[in-house]
Amino acid sequence: MNQTLDTIRNTTLTYRQKVLALARAGEERTQPLAIAPEVQALRDAGVVCDLNEGPAPYRPRYVLPDYARFLDQGSAFLRQEPPRDLLGAVFALLGLYRHIPSITGYPVWVGDLDALLEPFVQRDPAALGPGGELSPAAERLVSLFLEGIDRDNPDSFCHGDLGPDTTAVGRAILRHQRSAGRAVPNLTLRYDPARTPEDFAEAAALCALDAAKPSFANDPLFRAEFESLGLAPYAIASCYNGLPVGGGSCTLVRLNLARLACTAAHTLGDPEAFINGPLAEAVAATLAYIDERVRFLVEESGFFESSFLVREGLIAKERFTAMFGIVGLAELANALANAEPGSRERFGRGGAADTLGARVLAAIDRLVTAHRSPYLEAAGGRYLLHAQVGIDSDRGVSPGCRVPIGEEPPLHEHLARQAPLQTPFIAGSGDVFAFEPTARANPGHIVDAMKGFFASGGRYFSCYAADSDLVRVTGYLVKRSEVERLRRGEAVNNGATVLGMGAFDNLGVLDRAVRR
Amino acid sequence: MSGLKEHGEALGLLARILPFSAVDGPGNRAVFFLQGCNFDCAYCHNPETRAACTGCGACIPACPAGALSPMERRGARTIPVQWDRARCRDCGACAASCPSGSSPRARLVTPTEALDEIASARPFLRGITVSGGECTLQSDFLVALLKGARNLGLPGLVDTNGGRPLAAEPRLLEAAEGFMLDVKAWNEDEHRRLTGADNGPVRDNLAFLAARGALYEVRTVITLRAPGFNAKPAESDTTSDDPQEGAFDLEETVRETALTLARAGSRARYRLIRYRPYGVRHERAALLREPGSALMARLTELARRGGAAEVIVS
Ligand code: SF4
Ligand code: SF4
Repeated sequence: MNQTLDTIRNTTLTYRQKVLALARAGEERTQPLAIAPEVQALRDAGVVCDLNEGPAPYRPRYVLPDYARFLDQGSAFLRQEPPRDLLGAVFALLGLYRHIPSITGYPVWVGDLDALLEPFVQRDPAALGPGGELSPAAERLVSLFLEGIDRDNPDSFCHGDLGPDTTAVGRAILRHQRSAGRAVPNLTLRYDPARTPEDFAEAAALCALDAAKPSFANDPLFRAEFESLGLAPYAIASCYNGLPVGGGSCTLVRLNLARLACTAAHTLGDPEAFINGPLAEAVAATLAYIDERVRFLVEESGFFESSFLVREGLIAKERFTAMFGIVGLAELANALANAEPGSRERFGRGGAADTLGARVLAAIDRLVTAHRSPYLEAAGGRYLLHAQVGIDSDRGVSPGCRVPIGEEPPLHEHLARQAPLQTPFIAGSGDVFAFEPTARANPGHIVDAMKGFFASGGRYFSCYAADSDLVRVTGYLVKRSEVERLRRGEAVNNGATVLGMGAFDNLGVLDRAVRR
Repeated sequence: MSGLKEHGEALGLLARILPFSAVDGPGNRAVFFLQGCNFDCAYCHNPETRAACTGCGACIPACPAGALSPMERRGARTIPVQWDRARCRDCGACAASCPSGSSPRARLVTPTEALDEIASARPFLRGITVSGGECTLQSDFLVALLKGARNLGLPGLVDTNGGRPLAAEPRLLEAAEGFMLDVKAWNEDEHRRLTGADNGPVRDNLAFLAARGALYEVRTVITLRAPGFNAKPAESDTTSDDPQEGAFDLEETVRETALTLARAGSRARYRLIRYRPYGVRHERAALLREPGSALMARLTELARRGGAAEVIVS
């Protein structure tokens, strides 16, 4: 009760942030999930964690509507005619975004922004200027669209995609984003060496140095996987989550391996016994908890029966999976290898911790891949692995499989070692690199690093220049200047700034090795 | 240099390898620094790759890791100190103790060995750059290294001071993807005072490479002479915007270089490098000054007007 009043009286929350917090307070008055005692014990220990999803799942965590279909057919529910031109398309999309459910209250995916708008540009002679670039009027409209997304969705997990092909709209988006200084939308360029031209990739790298976005996704890898799962096409949502378009993920529950290393410390002496004992039990508990959250959403919440998104074919239950997240592999691997700070055996150095980390990851992958959800049809009920980036309150827990900040090896070794660790995470994994500001004179340097990373099995690559105001915290973006405002006690529009402040303090994000 | 070989392969004296670089040509490149140089530039940032080892042995006891021992022999070639890379802790004590300003960590390698060392970086590379020291002094090794890299799909740029006439090096011209050339001063006398060498060959190479379309980049370090250059150490103020000060004719160097590029229709980028004292030998650093940003802007403008295709300041 007091917490509710505290929320109401809080002067650093905006009105919308208060509404979300109060909705959450209401949700917390009910506890409808049947959670087995051994699962609850691991939740209480911080080993299994639903990342603040709330006790009563009433909407999927990640919803990726089929926006192309929406633009094609309009919406009876919203009384939206199919738009006929760029202006109409922009308004229609901005209108629909307000109706996309999520945990944060804002859509985690705003679509393949270039592919959605390009047809409207190509069919309108007035929208294209000489040289195949947008006319000034169309360019302004695209800019206003992006600024509208930012204003309506002050949440750094709101994500849009570009590529793999170059388009007039895609190039205009990069031009705008490079100087806009806005954290939203988060952006990914899906990179395919066979389709993405070099100059488009370099323009994206230059934009990323200044604006910490777009990131690059390994398009051929994602595409092949989602095709083989019967879930193509895919998109990148939220931080870097690879998920089916027209569906998404019901939930994300993570297994905190760093915590497990503490709670099961006495078993670490024998890696085999640890893997078959405490690790297997924690994986089973995480899977059981995901099953239960999915069961409630699918069978009890009524979401799929009532949402107009389902009724109008923009999402379908058959295209929803669930995500099994892991975090803190580095800390567990170091504990298993008994590798003290500074040792050559530390995680990321190519020694014992790397070998043990890979073994742990392979074991988790095996167990998760073998599990079948009783409630979901997507991918035959298989849950998808996700390298979770952490939450602001984590201390001494590295995101996913990443090397702890401050222990990064030289760039090429780092890339070569991290690439294969990213491969099992079909639902996303990522790594972030801070580059010297001088990299702006040579964006090909970044493109080459990214290409080699993908050729080695890497999935997702993010970068920014060490002097840019926008900083990629773990998967999402915040502005240094906004964090400073928050520290001074001023309200800031973007809720993720609070998370960013925590991560600056607890993960040392600003101390990342600067690459040259 | 000598054609001494092992298993038919030319041996090179290698100072170090940087497997990943953003600043030595387009994209991501591995950089090979060869040991030894024929210039003695006042502002040299890697002085230990320049000076020859005299074999005095002073560094051997200075190494805390026992990584140094007398005499490395490979085939018919010897160098005075052998360096055990596995033992080295990269502390720098050896170079600091060297009375000749050299480094005992230079080693004899074949091109195959040198390229093996960048194997793990290969997926991330667009090419290699061979630098120094002055790499053209070891032309047999250099040519073999470039050819070996090309066979791996890594074209090679050559970073040179231009002191040797490249028109006389057909094998090198054929093996290299392109050249990066330093033009340190246009004025003869100024060049000699700055580097201890004549600039006739540099100017010939500039015109020759530009006309061949073989220039990727030309660089001039912008520095001002503190009072007392070539005489006594300087006072302490550190920047200046006066191009005449210290009598380095920076405007002439920049203008003439840009004009030469333009006349040859070269697309090479012209990089103006702001001198910074880091890494420069102390006694030399005291005689040079950093240029102010107004001067850098004026010279950039001059290079553009002279006709350089692209001017970069770094
Ligand atoms: S840098 Fe290496 S070789 Fe030189 S003194 Fe230190 S440990 Fe010895
Ligand atoms: S590197 Fe220097 S100190 Fe060592 S032997 Fe050679 S000249 Fe003497």
